[in-house]
Amino acid sequence: MEQVLVIQGNEACVRGAIAAGCRFFAGYPITPASEVAELMAEMLPRHGGIYMQMEDEIASFCAVIGAAWGGVKACTGTSGPGFSLMQEGISYAVSTETPCVIIDVQRGGPSTGMPTAPAQQDIYQAKYGAHGDYEIIAYAPSSAQEAFDLTVKAFNAAEKYRVPVFVMSDEIVGHTREKVRIPEKLEVRERQRPATPPDQYLPFRPGPDGLRLDGMPAFNQGYKLLVEGQLHDESGNRAGTVPEVSARLTRRLCEKILKHDGDLLDVEARMLDDAEVVVVAYGSVVRPSMQAVRQARSAGVKAGLLKLRIVWPFPDQVIAEVASGASRILVPEMNVGKIVREVERAAHGRAEVVPVPKLGGVLHTPAEILAAIRGERVHASHS
Amino acid sequence: MHPIAEKYLRKSALPQFFCQGCGDGTILTALMRAIDDLGIIDDMAFTSGIGCCAWIPVFVNADVLHTMHGRAIPIATALKLTNPKRKVMVFAGDGDCVGIGGNHLIHAARRNVDITVVMVNNAIYGMTGGQTAPTTPHHAVTKTTPIGNAEFPFDACELARAAGATYVARWTTAHPRQITTAFKEAINHKGFAFIEILSQCPTQSGRLIYGSADPVEAFNRLKSIAVSKARAETMSPEELAGKVIVGKLLQIEGRAELTDEVYALMSGGGDGLSAETRLATN
Repeated sequence: MEQVLVIQGNEACVRGAIAAGCRFFAGYPITPASEVAELMAEMLPRHGGIYMQMEDEIASFCAVIGAAWGGVKACTGTSGPGFSLMQEGISYAVSTETPCVIIDVQRGGPSTGMPTAPAQQDIYQAKYGAHGDYEIIAYAPSSAQEAFDLTVKAFNAAEKYRVPVFVMSDEIVGHTREKVRIPEKLEVRERQRPATPPDQYLPFRPGPDGLRLDGMPAFNQGYKLLVEGQLHDESGNRAGTVPEVSARLTRRLCEKILKHDGDLLDVEARMLDDAEVVVVAYGSVVRPSMQAVRQARSAGVKAGLLKLRIVWPFPDQVIAEVASGASRILVPEMNVGKIVREVERAAHGRAEVVPVPKLGGVLHTPAEILAAIRGERVHASHS
Repeated sequence: MHPIAEKYLRKSALPQFFCQGCGDGTILTALMRAIDDLGIIDDMAFTSGIGCCAWIPVFVNADVLHTMHGRAIPIATALKLTNPKRKVMVFAGDGDCVGIGGNHLIHAARRNVDITVVMVNNAIYGMTGGQTAPTTPHHAVTKTTPIGNAEFPFDACELARAAGATYVARWTTAHPRQITTAFKEAINHKGFAFIEILSQCPTQSGRLIYGSADPVEAFNRLKSIAVSKARAETMSPEELAGKVIVGKLLQIEGRAELTDEVYALMSGGGDGLSAETRLATN
């Protein structure tokens, strides 16, 4: 039966994770993500799962890697400073194609920053925070409902693409209590054992598409796996000194995400058909943006909204299409202006791209975004 | 190839690349003998970080995670928790174990998680070219202490004991049989086991700290400083200066272990299912 709950975004992430089959969580307390750990500690044992509070976020993410190779779907939850500490492990998980999920409930920075206030300042850290060339997947929920839905999708994508997947929540989404419908049936991608028998199996040989791997074996199933952080060949043996093997792996790690099946394109178009001014938004900023677009429409301005539910990989093609039809694109963000650069790149001069940054740990008001839609210079005190 | 090597080496990873006279080969041999004696290769799960000795398990044909500098222990903890039947073993150098990964060592010992951590101590950062480590002797000259080390070395066994380890042993590569025995005891021990192995590094610590890159000299030096625990008890502090006490230093059986605790608490969680049924392992 469908369940209807009134819960925080943080709880919605936890429920989404467990519904998607997560049975291991390792974390470290941090505001504004602590409820994720607290609820995992409460709920996971009742679902036969394990909660571990580790000594720091480094260990937390390493434990997630260990659990994944141990044969269990695993995730962690954190915020800015903790996310920074996880970056080394994220790079390892990318290189070793370890499926895992990280819920980042973003707060203001830099440094200790604004621990109790929202921000979208980690959106580049998700993609560029760790060392090396790589691609990841990042979802951005704008409501508690999306926190649930996108966490389920994040686990499915992690299994399919064998990569760390981020749920880029923020303090507003994390702490807003609202209605969440939990459907009776969910699409859950179970971990698949390799189709190839252990004696012929090469753990890092891509399947027929040349990109994605054949299943995900676990330790102690007879595969005698070598999971190697150094760039490796298809058997897992180190090849960091072999240029062609190293280059091939790096390229495949990127291309398996960039040349996805189409399922990593997740945007929502609102009133875009005839829109001359388009607001591109993600996360909690979607909400005042929607309100502003509605107000603009009432006032006779042809405005529309493009909501990005997946930010990475970036939907270049959709932005290019939107830019072809619109004259102006506004990008409100709770940071100095980050995704606006991606929009500008993808729009490639077809439309004017305007950043609408907001700092200080405060969400844009609809009035501020409406003013930007009208082409007024924004004088918001925090912008 | 020796039958044991034939049976247990990961042939696709060969040839091994340890320097001439390195102690890591002795430790790898002792490991294969221990696994053979126990007949548990299929239950083994290895993790290691970065450093020369982190390559030891890579050459074993078993499930191995060769990971990040200092991070092998939390990964091992999760491997144990997700399948308590696993025999989990970590190989870490001194820099890996008590330098960059020191916090993980302390907390794994505190949790008394049933894993075995083997710290191979060559008193220096060898792979990176001979820089000072948290185990480098006071006043020793290394590449980053050219005028002498101002710091003092860790006693890793004392650290592990104080943090809650329930099996602690120290040997040197001059004690290959004792290492094999210690590996078997540690694998069979229920709880956190810590084994320090003093190992010669002719290329770096031999050359830089002890004044000779000759493997035989380095090996003989280890032999000459090792004093058994029983003998050490009869010696004065002056006689013990410059010596290293070897042997099984601690074994406590029956202390509550992390995995048992987690599963017992989980079983009390309400729905009456056994923990093993509920954790969808494998």
